[in-house]
Amino acid sequence: MADAENALSLLVTLAVAVIALAFPFVASGYHIYQGAQVLIFAIAMLGLNLLTGFNGQISLGHGAFFAIGCYGAAILMTKFGLPYWAAIPAASAVCFVAGFLFGFPALRFGGLYLALATFALAVAAPQILSYTGFDAITGGSQGITLAKPQAPIGLKLTSDQWLYLVCLASGAALYWAARNLARGRIGRALIAIRDQPIAAETMGVNAALYKTTCFGVSALYAGVAGGLSAIAVGFVSPESFGLSLSLAFLVGIVVGGLASLGGVLFGALFIEFVPNIADQLSVNFGESAKALPGAIYGALLILVMAAMPTGVAGGARAATNAVMRWLASSRPIEVANDGGADVAAKYEGKGESP
Amino acid sequence: MGEFLHQLASGVALGGVYAIMALALVMIYQATQLINFAQGEMAMFSTYFAWKLIDLGEPYWLAFFATVLVSFIGGVVIERLIVRPFANAPVLASVIVFIGLSLIFNALAGWLYGYSVQSFDSPFTGKPWFGAGYMSAHESGSIVVTLAVLALVYAFFRFTPLGLAMRAAAQNPVSSRLVGIRVGWMLAIGWGLAAAIGSIAGMMAAPIVYLDPNMMGGVLLYAFAGAVLGGIDNPFGAAVGGFAVGVLGNLIGAYLVGDEVKLSVALAIIIAVLVWRPSGLFGRRLVARV
Repeated sequence: MADAENALSLLVTLAVAVIALAFPFVASGYHIYQGAQVLIFAIAMLGLNLLTGFNGQISLGHGAFFAIGCYGAAILMTKFGLPYWAAIPAASAVCFVAGFLFGFPALRFGGLYLALATFALAVAAPQILSYTGFDAITGGSQGITLAKPQAPIGLKLTSDQWLYLVCLASGAALYWAARNLARGRIGRALIAIRDQPIAAETMGVNAALYKTTCFGVSALYAGVAGGLSAIAVGFVSPESFGLSLSLAFLVGIVVGGLASLGGVLFGALFIEFVPNIADQLSVNFGESAKALPGAIYGALLILVMAAMPTGVAGGARAATNAVMRWLASSRPIEVANDGGADVAAKYEGKGESP
Repeated sequence: MGEFLHQLASGVALGGVYAIMALALVMIYQATQLINFAQGEMAMFSTYFAWKLIDLGEPYWLAFFATVLVSFIGGVVIERLIVRPFANAPVLASVIVFIGLSLIFNALAGWLYGYSVQSFDSPFTGKPWFGAGYMSAHESGSIVVTLAVLALVYAFFRFTPLGLAMRAAAQNPVSSRLVGIRVGWMLAIGWGLAAAIGSIAGMMAAPIVYLDPNMMGGVLLYAFAGAVLGGIDNPFGAAVGGFAVGVLGNLIGAYLVGDEVKLSVALAIIIAVLVWRPSGLFGRRLVARV
């Protein structure tokens, strides 16, 4: 059964990879741009999910780290003339340090205070970014305009196609890294700290180190996403990094599935297209359609937590498990309960691998 | 000097709003060890309700008390319907539910009342009751209302049987149940009281920050800062903290960093308190039992 499940997950991964690779060559310019946005959101949510889903630390302020990555890359490119492929990693490194430092005060108390501090960070971020004292560097409320990078000479790709592929490559690499991180010793330590902090420390897990590093890595992911977003949009401004961005990330990982790395792709599709659809509806319904994304997000957060705490990914996994069991039960083979159901009953702890 | 006193006075008036908002947060924290991230949006929604009543021609104070009553009922209903099912869920689930609630109230207000900024008239007009020259009539009235709310809440918890029962339920739910207190209902009433107090904060804040679906973002942030500074499990501390961050925020905003980054002052206060004195000025130090 485990073999069948592995084969199935491999199949799904391959199918997603093929669709993602083929997409920029069949879709139109604007849709490719949207595709890149989805990948960018997915990268940020991979980071947030490592932190919140696996390690149980609640961040309501990942939009701020996204903003640091975004501004960092934009400033390095415009003021220091760095090429984008150097600016984005550099900006992400800054994010890692910022996240690591922000994780420090969070160590001394429960998750609630971290939620509070990151909430404050998210609310204050646009004000800090548009602060007139930093105008010379950040461009104040005007923001910074960037030139979109072109595909290397010799590749017959439009700028949008190239950007999409850059995002896809980064996303794939970061997904692979997160998956390895979550599956191994480190992942088990992170989950142990989330579920049984005292027992984890008794077993010799250095909780302080893991928690701050996890915060740093998570901020790094958000930073990469921010940097990519800077070049994909070609423009950064303080207004794009308010509380709503941070909350959208949270909505994405909850809908996609807490502690599910594959689920972030669904979450990213969700937060990219729900506001879009609401925008289109506003043509028919007028201003009140502006309320639609918030209403949907809010209602879904509560409904998902109540009915399907493992999100879409968990739901899909439970469905496949049920089908597998049903298939297996038609043959006289012992089907050991692998514990999947018990774990899912709380909220999925083991990530991708049962 | 006059300018300084003026900043100080308006800081105290704003601080009063933060203080009762912080008190609402503490009330829920004491009973459930959770911070209600939806408190601000709930208060905003209540304020819109009051605005609508006044717009329909009702006199201010009728609208005021009707809003407080409706908010109380709304708070009880929210606790019963939405918060109760997550009573035993992990903290993360509760936080997510609160965020969901706040998003819903924000969307609902935008949908029902629109996103444009409305002015909200103050009931206090003419000359201020005290501090003439340094504060507006609304600010002086707001301070009086704040103090009245604080006194009423204190009297309720100190002198009434229901208040005593609520304190008992918050401190020791198991024993309280054994002596016949309906702990579940105490929690619901706590939510109702918090929503009612929050609605007063909203109505006092609205003439200052104007009415729009995002009006309480900054107020809630400062209320968090006040609650954390005073000690999140101590109502007295939260009230003091609220006044303190109101004054601090105003003075630092006016003289040190500029009003445009006033929210960052709250962020700095929160982080500074969490780093140096996580239990706040008056809070109990938390000892985890293994």
